[in-house]
Formats: sequence, C-alpha cells, structure tokens
Amino acid sequence: MSMDIAVVGVGLHPFGRFPGVSAIEMGAIAIRRALADAGAEWRDVQAAFAGSYEVDNPDAVVALMGLTGIPFTNVYNGCATAASSLTMAANSIRLGDADLAIAIGMDKHLPGAFSADPRLYACPSWYGEVGQFVTTKFFGMKINKYMHDHGISHSTLAKVASKGYRNGVLNPNAFRRKPLSEEEILASPMLNYPLTQYMFCSPDEGAAAVVLCRADQAHRYTDTPVYLRATTVRTRRLGAFEVHSPWLPIEETVGPTVDASRAAYEMAGIGPNDVDVIQLQDTDAGAEIIHLAENGFCADGEQEQLVADGALEIGGSLPTNTDGGLIANGEPIGASGLRQVHEVVLQLRGQCGDRQVPGNPKVGYTQLYGAPGTAGVSILSV
Amino acid sequence: MARVPVAEGIFTWPSDDPQLVGSRCTDCGIVTFPSQQSCPRCASMSMAEHLLARRGRLWAFTTQSFPPPSPPYSGPSGKEFVPFGVGYVELGDVKVETHLTVADPDALQHGMEMELVVVPFRTDDDGNEVVTFAFRPC
Repeated sequence: MSMDIAVVGVGLHPFGRFPGVSAIEMGAIAIRRALADAGAEWRDVQAAFAGSYEVDNPDAVVALMGLTGIPFTNVYNGCATAASSLTMAANSIRLGDADLAIAIGMDKHLPGAFSADPRLYACPSWYGEVGQFVTTKFFGMKINKYMHDHGISHSTLAKVASKGYRNGVLNPNAFRRKPLSEEEILASPMLNYPLTQYMFCSPDEGAAAVVLCRADQAHRYTDTPVYLRATTVRTRRLGAFEVHSPWLPIEETVGPTVDASRAAYEMAGIGPNDVDVIQLQDTDAGAEIIHLAENGFCADGEQEQLVADGALEIGGSLPTNTDGGLIANGEPIGASGLRQVHEVVLQLRGQCGDRQVPGNPKVGYTQLYGAPGTAGVSILSV
Repeated sequence: MARVPVAEGIFTWPSDDPQLVGSRCTDCGIVTFPSQQSCPRCASMSMAEHLLARRGRLWAFTTQSFPPPSPPYSGPSGKEFVPFGVGYVELGDVKVETHLTVADPDALQHGMEMELVVVPFRTDDDGNEVVTFAFRPC
C-alpha cells in the first residue's frame, strides 16, 4: 500500500436526543473536539468529507467553522456512509491532495424505523404497500435462519443486547445508559421474531469527526498516533441474503461484510487473531452475533459458547462494542461508523477509563452494514 | 365489490390457480421476481416472462408484529392491524419474499412445504377488496 495514514484527532457530539440542537451544530461540536484532540485548527484542514442522511449539504457546517474554501465533499452511502467518508478522506491524503483531512458525520433522525419510497431502492411500489419494505423484518429473518442453521439460542440474543446496555452505562456519550437484564429484554414486545424491542437499536441524533494526516507528519499533532491500516467498502454480490430483496436467486454467496472484511485484512496485513478490540454493526443483537463470524472472529455457531463464556465482554477474549455499540448509542447514520473509530482510537490510546480493555490493546477493528447491502470495515493499530 | 390485485402483473388474476409472474434471462437462465427488463447476473436485456411454481419450501421467516411505517405501507393500521408472517419460499428456480398466512412462529418451520394463495389485504377507497399473494403451509 502507498502512503501510511495516521488518525491524530477524534471528536464526538454525544448520541441521543437533543431538542433544539441542529445536526449541523452537532457536527461543528464534533469537529471542534476532534481538532482540539489533534491540536490543529480548522484553517489547517485541507480536505473534508461529511456524511449525513438527513442533511442534504453537511458541508454547510463551514458557516460555523470558517469559510476557508477547501474541497468539501458530501457523502451518503447508507449505513456504510461513515466508512465511505473515512475512505475518501484517507484517499485524499494518499493522492497527495491533502496532508491533513477530516471525515465528519452528523444526523438527526425522527424516532421509529427508517422508511422510504421502495422505488428509490429499485423495488416495486407494491413491495412497500404490502408492508415488506421494512428493514427490521430482514434482520429478524436473517437471525432466525442463522439460529436454526447454527444453534444459537434466544437467551444468547438477550445476553448480547444486555451487554450492549451494560457497556452503555460506562459510556457518558451513549444514548441508552440504563442496564437491562436478559429477562427484561426477552419480555419486551416482539417486533420481528425472534427479535424483541430491546434487541434493536434506535435511530437517533449525534455527530462524530476524525482527523487524518500523512503518517510521517503525525508527530506534529500527537505523541500517540493511531494508524489507519485499512478501510474498505463493498456492496452485495448476487446470491447474498440482503435487506430489501423481493426475491433471491437459488445460488448463495457470502454478504458484503465478508468481502469488505477479507479485503481489509489483506490490505492491513493483519488477521482476526491480531485484533484486540472490536466494533461491529449491531443494528440488533442478532446482527452482532452474525457479524462476529462474518468478520472472521469465530466460526458460525461458536458464538453460543463465546457469549456464555463472556468472551464479548470488555475483559473477555473478543471485547466487542465496548462503548455499547448501536444498541446503547443508537444510529445517527452519517456518524455511526466514526463513533466506532472514535471508540477504537480511545481504546488503543488507553483513554477509556471504566470501559478500558485491559492489556494495552494494539489493534482495533470496525464494521458497518446496512441497506441495501453495503458494508464498510476499518482496521487501526498503534 | 370487485376483487382487485395489489398490483398488475405480479400474479395471474383472476385465476383459480394463480401463479406468480417472474422473468427468466434467455441468456444465463436466472429467474427473478417480479419480472424485470435486465438480468442481474449477466446484464442481458433479453428477459422473458416466466410463471413460478405454486409450491415450495420455507427458506427463512419472521413475523411482522407492528404496523410497518405508512407510507409506503397501505394495509390496516392502528387497532385494525393484524400481525402477519413474512418469509422466503424457495420455488425451485428462485426464492420469493412473501406474506405468510401464519403469524405464529411456533407454527412455522424452516423447510416446511408451502403453497401460493391469494388473500384479502385491504379495502380501497372505491370499496374494492384489494388482494395480494401469500403462502400457506400445506
């Protein structure tokens, strides 16, 4: 790979509900925090990439930051939006267009499941009229089939969700900060079998920003650079079992997460056994379980024992979603993946306090997945 | 009161033995549902109408236990809403996503035999009964 890229600053506006605060304002707060973390000024930033679902032109944040005339690209790529803005910011440095670049994400969603006109997803109108254009239903079907094929129990789903809320208690930036027991999670209303209400994340509000630079200049900004070893985005291939599919072919293949993951490991020269802290897309508790295998951290079905043994806990062998993941943070789409990078960077610097993974973690991993079948992965190391 | 399909061209109607209407690529043979004009595997523009089998096996399933966001959902909502099953049924040459007549997960099993039926979905503004396709255990 050409030029090494360093993360020298991360910043977050907390995720949750913030009446009266606009997405752009949250974006500006995240940017200021990331720049302060890097010891840099907005006028030092030479290229910016900002992701949002709700804001057409997140580059309008320059009105709050400074009208410096830099190339500023707005990005939207579904739930993998942040992986795309991060990839583009890194590439702008690799191409020599910028020495210091920033990836930004901001969103402010209404409560409730995401919805849209199915025709915008190349689906027929009737697919929405009859009530099948529903993302949560896909996640229900996928984990239900996975549980049947690989022997995962309902109790394991609840344990994974409970771990998410428990980690959220330790994260002052999280949306959900109240612990929920396995029993409470199982007893909450069934939304899409086998997934209950408390097994799902919620769309919410928040912002995040990540400052990147050429690795050979990182010392100008920080004594503790974290290197972006790989960042990839992939879309579904024919035969993958994907959301918003009125039909599927008989032939079957792996999902885009597997493709993005394999490409990222190859790019980084790092394998799943080297990873010390993991952030996965947990739109629901089932997704976290499936994504553990899709990203190479275990074989299909091993999650049942791993969860029972506490492997996914902060002190476990596969610490996963240490900041509470989407379950506790919710999902402001444009910012979600940069929140994952924020957490990994803090973990690798040893700055996570009560939720710090022990043993000086050196390699972190993030993964996003969403409609209509797009995945993004990044690998970071000290 | 007339019985009208939720959309034209997705199943043969009226019919005593309705069939889903898909398409088949005349170059590579892949089958899609509903029909489309280009092939998602080989990009050919040569797609021919293809009627799907009426029976198959349940490949994946869940329940829709809350009213989907409306729009686009146009079925009964609020207190009128009745949970329904959703799944993919493997029909030999394609898997089709469909309503299931059964919404009780304990009454559904991966691999069980299913058959196509046309069922009432809602009543439109003109008083017509809008019907859609679904699969039921058989």
